Amino acid sequence: MDWMNFTPQQSLLGGLLIGLATALLWLLNGRIAGISGIAAGSLASSGAERWWRLAFVLGLVLSSWVWLLLAPLPEVQVTSNYQLLALAGLLVGFGARLGSGCTSGHGICGLSRLSGRSLVATVTFMTVAMVTVFVVRHLL
Amino acid sequence: MKKHRFLTLSAFICGLLFGLGLLMAGMANPAKVLGFLDIAGLWDPSLALVMVGGIVVAFIAFTLSKKMPHNSLLQVKFNWPEATAVTRPLLIGSTLFGLGWGLVGLCPGPALVLAGSGAIEGLIFVVFMLIGFRLADLVQAKLS
Repeated sequence: MDWMNFTPQQSLLGGLLIGLATALLWLLNGRIAGISGIAAGSLASSGAERWWRLAFVLGLVLSSWVWLLLAPLPEVQVTSNYQLLALAGLLVGFGARLGSGCTSGHGICGLSRLSGRSLVATVTFMTVAMVTVFVVRHLL
Repeated sequence: MKKHRFLTLSAFICGLLFGLGLLMAGMANPAKVLGFLDIAGLWDPSLALVMVGGIVVAFIAFTLSKKMPHNSLLQVKFNWPEATAVTRPLLIGSTLFGLGWGLVGLCPGPALVLAGSGAIEGLIFVVFMLIGFRLADLVQAKLS
């Protein structure tokens, strides 16, 4: 266990905030807070269907600037080179869209709705991601 | 007319809260995400708590909404997801998504937060993620 980097309070509080955002988008807008679906729809849909999605994405994009008003940004370490980032971005975008959701849509919303389909998706991408890290870090 | 403005404003606030939550949780730091996914190494379990916190609050909201059958607080209908079948696109898509997530430790939400902060790594990832969305739509259109 990596006790040095373990941040239980911050991570739980962050999770509660994510849950609050998800709860509000559902109770106010009647929409699932699935980021990949919202982001893809903000480009593909039109009219009112487009505006709320664009607004949600804009909120996400601006969040680090709002954070900066209150505190310095938390540490961000990216060790991947640009080629790998591009490849991973392509895989994440294509995969999330084809699989109808990502960590938020299937992982948070789907699991809390007790959706079997989302459980299958979440177990699949978590397992594949863990195997990928294992191969990259411990086998290659 | 006016309702759409409220819906847009509340979506903006939700996006903002979601992003602040990701930053607070450590999800916007790819190294931390990889530390969580690395169960065979020096495992950092923090992000399991993000799931717990998120799911508990979301579960309450979904459960509450079943008692208000037709409309949300802003008087629009609840868009319950209809799909229940485990399909081949779901499995293939989730596999490719997991592969990309495990390669660099970024998923769509944190990537958008990072890109918004001006980090070049986030911007590159997001541009290719958007291309990936489009490609998946094209493939789906061709298949159906």
